[in-house]
Amino acid sequence: MRQTTSNKPYLARRRTMVGSLAGLAVLAMAAAGCGSSSSPSTKSSSSTTAAHAGGVFTILANSSFGVADPAQNYTLEEWQLLIDTHDGLVGFAKVGGLPGTKIVPDLATSIPLPTNGGKTYVFHVRRGIKFSNGQVLKPSDFVTTFERQFTVPGGNPGFYSGIVGASKCSTKGCDLSKGVVPNDTNYTLTINLTAPDPELMDQLALPFAFAVPANTSLHNTGNKVPPGTGPYMWKSYNPNTEAVLVRNPYFHVWNKLAQPAGYPNEIIEKYGLPVSDEVTEVENGEADEVWDGDQIPSDDLTTLNSPKYASQVHVNTLTADWYMALNTQRPPFNNLEARQAINYAANRSAYVKIAGGPSLAVPACQILPPNFPSYKAYCPFTTGPQTVWSGPNLAKAKALVKASGTLGDKVVVNGTNDQVGTELAEQMVSDLDSIGYKASTQLLSASVQYPFIQNSSNWSKWNVAWSAWYQDYPAPSDFLNVLLGCSHIVKNSDASPNIAAFCNTKIQAQINTAESEEATNPSAASALWTTIDHEDTLQAPWVDLYNPKQIDFTASNVHGYEWSPQWYILIDQLYLSK
Amino acid sequence: MAAVVEQVSTTELRPAVAGRNPWALAWRRLRRNRIALAALILLVLILVLCLGAPLYAHNIAHDGNVLSPNLNGTTVVHGKVVPVMQEGGGLLKLGETPIGPTWDFSHYFLGADNIGRDVAALLLYGGRASLQIGICSAVLCCIVATIVALIAGFFGGIVDAILSRLMDVIWAFPVYLLAISLATELLTHSNGLQVGFLHVSATSLWTPTVIIAFIYVPYVYRPVRGQVLSVGTKEFVEAAIAQGASNFRLIFSEILPNVVSTVIVLLPLMIATTILTESALSYLSVGVQPPNVSWGTIISDGQDLLYTRPWVSLAPGIMIVLTVLALNVLGDGVRDALDPRAKLRVR
Repeated sequence: MRQTTSNKPYLARRRTMVGSLAGLAVLAMAAAGCGSSSSPSTKSSSSTTAAHAGGVFTILANSSFGVADPAQNYTLEEWQLLIDTHDGLVGFAKVGGLPGTKIVPDLATSIPLPTNGGKTYVFHVRRGIKFSNGQVLKPSDFVTTFERQFTVPGGNPGFYSGIVGASKCSTKGCDLSKGVVPNDTNYTLTINLTAPDPELMDQLALPFAFAVPANTSLHNTGNKVPPGTGPYMWKSYNPNTEAVLVRNPYFHVWNKLAQPAGYPNEIIEKYGLPVSDEVTEVENGEADEVWDGDQIPSDDLTTLNSPKYASQVHVNTLTADWYMALNTQRPPFNNLEARQAINYAANRSAYVKIAGGPSLAVPACQILPPNFPSYKAYCPFTTGPQTVWSGPNLAKAKALVKASGTLGDKVVVNGTNDQVGTELAEQMVSDLDSIGYKASTQLLSASVQYPFIQNSSNWSKWNVAWSAWYQDYPAPSDFLNVLLGCSHIVKNSDASPNIAAFCNTKIQAQINTAESEEATNPSAASALWTTIDHEDTLQAPWVDLYNPKQIDFTASNVHGYEWSPQWYILIDQLYLSK
Repeated sequence: MAAVVEQVSTTELRPAVAGRNPWALAWRRLRRNRIALAALILLVLILVLCLGAPLYAHNIAHDGNVLSPNLNGTTVVHGKVVPVMQEGGGLLKLGETPIGPTWDFSHYFLGADNIGRDVAALLLYGGRASLQIGICSAVLCCIVATIVALIAGFFGGIVDAILSRLMDVIWAFPVYLLAISLATELLTHSNGLQVGFLHVSATSLWTPTVIIAFIYVPYVYRPVRGQVLSVGTKEFVEAAIAQGASNFRLIFSEILPNVVSTVIVLLPLMIATTILTESALSYLSVGVQPPNVSWGTIISDGQDLLYTRPWVSLAPGIMIVLTVLALNVLGDGVRDALDPRAKLRVR
């Protein structure tokens, strides 16, 4: 998903893709995650839960996440709350660290193996689970859940467009009776796909696929979140003031790994304060967390460096890219040498400083971020060894510009007009000027900029555009295919994630092969993804700037901090000292 | 009878008073207004400082362009080479803090901004942009508004109705909303503004100049049109009409000289307003575009550094306050000088 320069998750989209190592994780974790609700570990931990349970956990966020309907909302900010109120058939393990990227059964009793050549999955749905309104969960509830992905305007049907019948769905109506087949007697749910999709489990673990009651409206429910099955339920949500989550009286633990009981009795997310005021309130113990998507201003970072806050500040590396997409559809960057030239010239250490210094960002050259499946360090655009960026190579860059015949070309650098966005654009202008281009900025508000640079009708208006991408789930295709695949250039659409409009048929063929090999030969697929990453990098459709890190700032009375690479801070697993 | 004779002879004996034109009288009145004169001197001083920006900037050891980021740069403080951007302290070393004021006129007098640029240099170059936009947009606005007001007021009838309603439409929009909309539209055109042979690139200082001039036209148009309507009924205009003067001559020779004092009184006040508007738009990132700077953009750049590096925002803020204050005081002085009913009299 895309986020803004202020680190605010921003409405973004991606479409269905296939091929993921996470699929393997599914199998690996299947056995571990199939535990029942009455396992001994659950019993022993329940006493711990009881000891820590209680209190009101208050999060301060600069702004809300917009419309709350889970079929429409595509922001980390709401997803961090939805994982506490809703469940899917499967879910990412709700634990910190790398295990948090593993998929475990949630409302399903186990993770099924596909049949019918990889096109059919039969899930056994757990019995005895109730929604927060007291309604019993049935397999047929999932039909509504999936149909809503297509009928709610602005949702993300792309994730589930491979389901049989989905191609005929629209906001006017949807019939998935052949694609999502429930059996409320046997408590099974059969999902039929038009083609094998090794990433289906990843997609089912996203909040879009979280179960809502069958009688939920097929239209946008606005800010009224439908009932879920998680440990909390939505008491209220007003995007101008706050979201309030209270305990779901019908919740019981059925798989601690997928959905453990939460500690706070109530979770409140308040909106509207400037981030510096949020920091002050948390420093003073008047609130418990500065929402992790809010970028903490430089002034406050200085304060947080104090040893006093050492135990309250948590820094984590994100599997994300901040990059400048190069418009490959028009001069000068329809020329490979010109693209490589600016990659050589980009002073990545300067960009890292804009991001807050080495403690908050790592220079990057390649598409896949570190700690990501198939990642192998590669940086051809530097002076030293080609694994780590060590400095710009201006001589090489200037020679390439000269060879490309683009010297002196005008270049428009598009970015967001917030503080960080402006600074990134200014540095890019400086880098471009240093190798002989005549660069200027084009700064737009974040809400305008992202659709603007995606839409092909604006290709003639910019040459370089800032963007950022945060993993939807840990699969190389989430970067390599979604952001640079030929099929992800959607002309005249505001939702065309291949912003560089880069299409290399040879690499695309390799992407297709890697995706198909995911199920049959995962190690070969993994190696191929690595090759694709390096080939894409060498084609230089982007200037990759850095991989960001994230700061969580919690109050001194907050304990149990855990950070999942998928969901980031696990809010309901935090507890307050009494 | 004797008394009358005595009066006449006394008059004849007085030395003849040299005739002065109204502008000379106004200038004399203005000179006698010490507060207005101080404001004028302050304005000139600010202008000279800003024009002298290169004299300060040439000292800065940078790549030659003081407006370019200098994130990896160094400078010398007390004989010691220090990085312009300094890594955060403590265990976590979060953030990068720009160097603070050195109070040394040769470099980083007021410290650096978020991307390592010399704040004092930015302040001077930013002042150039702010003053240029402020003055040019106010002048442009006054010229356009005066021409439209002359046409509307002189011809009256349907011409007046159409032009006045057009001005009402522009006036009906909230100033900043209109300016932001226009700026966003122009900024998304890589070719900027193209009107006939006139071309203004999107990042040019002329883009905010034109926008600001446009949004304030009705504010000048209204009083000037009123003055035109008033002057149009005067006897000397009727006399000119009786003599067969053309419309062109009536407008530009009879009416314009008699309404221009209104425009002149409005001009410094408009400059103050346009400088404030430019600062606000630039603060909102829709005014002056990087790599150019203005006082508004510098305030915006410094807002995240208010505690650690307050001078980044304070310095341009102070400059805006001083300039606008000086312009308003000068505007009042000019009004007093041009107003025949002013208390201050030429003796």
